[in-house]
Amino acid sequence: MKGTVFTIFKKEMFRFLGDRKIVFGTILLPGIMIYFLYNFMGDALSNQLSVEEDYKASCYVEALPQELSGMLEQGFAIEEPSGKTPEEIKKSVREKKTDLYIVFPENFMQAVSEYDAGKETEKKAPLVEIYYNSSEPSSTEAYSEATMLLDAYESQMANKFDINLGSGEAEYDLATDEDSTATYFSSMLPMLLLIFLFSGSLAVAPESIAGEKERGTIATLLVTPVRRSHIVIGKIMALSITAMLSGISSTIGTVLSLPSLMAVDNSVNTSINGSVYGVREYLLLAVVIISTVLVLVTLLSIISAYSKSIKEAQTFTMPVMILVLLVGITAMFGSGAKKEWYFYCIPCYNSVQDMIGIFQFQADPVHILLTVCSNIIFVLLGIFVVTKMFHSEKILFNK
Amino acid sequence: MNELIKVNGLSKTFSLSAKQQKLEKTKEKKKTAVHNLSFTVYEGEIFGLLGPNGAGKTTTLRMLATLISPDEGDAVIDGCNIRTEPEQVREKIAFLTSELKLEDFFTPNYLFHFFSELYHVPEEAVEERRKMLFGVFGIDAFADVKLANLSTGMKQKVSLAISMVHLPNVIIFDEPTNGLDVLTAKVVTDFLLDLKKQGKTIIISTHIFSLIEKICDRAGVIINGKMAVCDSLDKICAGMSLEDRFFELYQQNAGGEAE
Ligand SMILES: Nc1ncnc2c1ncn2[C@@H]1O[C@H](COP(=O)(O)OP(=O)(O)OP(=O)(O)O)[C@@H](O)[C@H]1O
Ligand SMILES: [Mg+2]
Repeated sequence: MKGTVFTIFKKEMFRFLGDRKIVFGTILLPGIMIYFLYNFMGDALSNQLSVEEDYKASCYVEALPQELSGMLEQGFAIEEPSGKTPEEIKKSVREKKTDLYIVFPENFMQAVSEYDAGKETEKKAPLVEIYYNSSEPSSTEAYSEATMLLDAYESQMANKFDINLGSGEAEYDLATDEDSTATYFSSMLPMLLLIFLFSGSLAVAPESIAGEKERGTIATLLVTPVRRSHIVIGKIMALSITAMLSGISSTIGTVLSLPSLMAVDNSVNTSINGSVYGVREYLLLAVVIISTVLVLVTLLSIISAYSKSIKEAQTFTMPVMILVLLVGITAMFGSGAKKEWYFYCIPCYNSVQDMIGIFQFQADPVHILLTVCSNIIFVLLGIFVVTKMFHSEKILFNK
Repeated sequence: MNELIKVNGLSKTFSLSAKQQKLEKTKEKKKTAVHNLSFTVYEGEIFGLLGPNGAGKTTTLRMLATLISPDEGDAVIDGCNIRTEPEQVREKIAFLTSELKLEDFFTPNYLFHFFSELYHVPEEAVEERRKMLFGVFGIDAFADVKLANLSTGMKQKVSLAISMVHLPNVIIFDEPTNGLDVLTAKVVTDFLLDLKKQGKTIIISTHIFSLIEKICDRAGVIINGKMAVCDSLDKICAGMSLEDRFFELYQQNAGGEAE
């Protein structure tokens, strides 16, 4: 009797994998598109956010003290405000023609040396004003650089202690490749994976179940001696594998393009890539993905079995998709995976939680076992429901 | 003679959706398609169900094939009850109606093997049967062409061949010659007569009088879901032509309900 399940399964697989349109459109294309899209997004973002290396910010400086001019001239193209009023210069910053406008008080150095933060209370500390334009990346960058330089100069004068003295942050940022990857993967991939798996299931389940109803080909199966439950199981198996191939293709596309997308963030010096994970992580991930796909395919099969046509199935799927995504988003809240066991009994929620744990190298086998068990229970219930539906004339033949 | 198929008081009432109510131009929520229908088919004969459109022929045959279940009554086919042993019934019959479609994506060859597996045909017998059945209907010429690229008549031939993969003893065909040209229709009738020679029991439904006259031993005339008469063809006609007799029956039974 297992033979018939396999016969149905084989036919469905041949239906999907033998169709070039399905193989290309629902399996290969999503991964390829995501890869190029994310790479493109990464490039575009980093172009937008970063400033060219040898760019020197244009900068007007009022009453620049001799002692500071050397330091500032290294990083900025300094111009004398000769003849221009402060208002004119501010306007030029506003219009993004100039990056910075720094105003030192008259006799700045003298005022600084006379001022003692510890004693004087009536006199205010000398104030340096820096005007910039936060909507212009080069201006923002110049602003933070100028602030840094002056801060450094100020603490050098007092010099009670130093922080991270040196050329860059690289030697002080102790995050390993693993940590950075864990942070970024766990903050993005679980939700994305859920979406990919859902859309993979959506590409095949309505076609295979509602479509067969619509075209009248399911009735031909129903007059054979095959058990209805065998039809359902064979179909769900084949649909799950196809949906998973589609989901995996999207995931590979994401994992390969994530480094480029993440390169946008300058404060991360380590490299982000999926190779930091070991066999254990990938095996656990595979287990979670398989059980998740089964849940999603079963859910969509119930909807498809109820629908009269592919179109109707897709319409009914919309609210369910929103629900699944909301559950997924809720699971992304909070830091790290939840500790309480009952969270792992909620389908979809448990998948996202597990994936967060796995990507952070903190997967708890008990949680994953709970996930798999509750998902299997859900799938068995679903198979039972769809089989019941396949026994109902009203559902099968109502036009 | 052995009563191979015994139908006992079958009834089926459909509830109509709003859309169907509009189509049928009726305000009633229910439509009784088959009402207390009984008949017997003997082993080795060809039985014809004759009736106008909407009489309930297809509904009756769908119940016999266990695609839908009757509200009342039951039927026994070759010792198996359609209510309690639907899977065994399906093993024993070949059933064909226009509602049963084959997937466009596959070729006749693939489908033949697929359905052979579903009917548990021994592997070594499949190829021989395929040759025989594809030969009868002349399918070999397009056995490797996807169904999507075949004509209606070609598809009907493939459906006929595939419905027979398990070489059952009971054959239930709903309007088997529908949509076929005269040449192909003759192939089908010859095939049915050949099956009869092999001792198979056959039910066909049709509204084509000549088909009934040509191949049926006995017939039942269904009008408005009720059996108007069921007997051997000679007795039904009683000297009249089948067509004249049918109009007479229709007048007696449709009683004002005529459209
Ligand atoms: N699923 C259904 N829902 C509602 N009404 C139905 C359904 N199937 C059939 N009917 C109705 O039952 C009646 C009998 O239909 P059936 O298809 O059995 O007729 P038939 O004798 O096969 O006619 P034809 O010669 O046109 O094929 C018709 O009035 C039809 O409208
Ligand atoms: Mg009919």
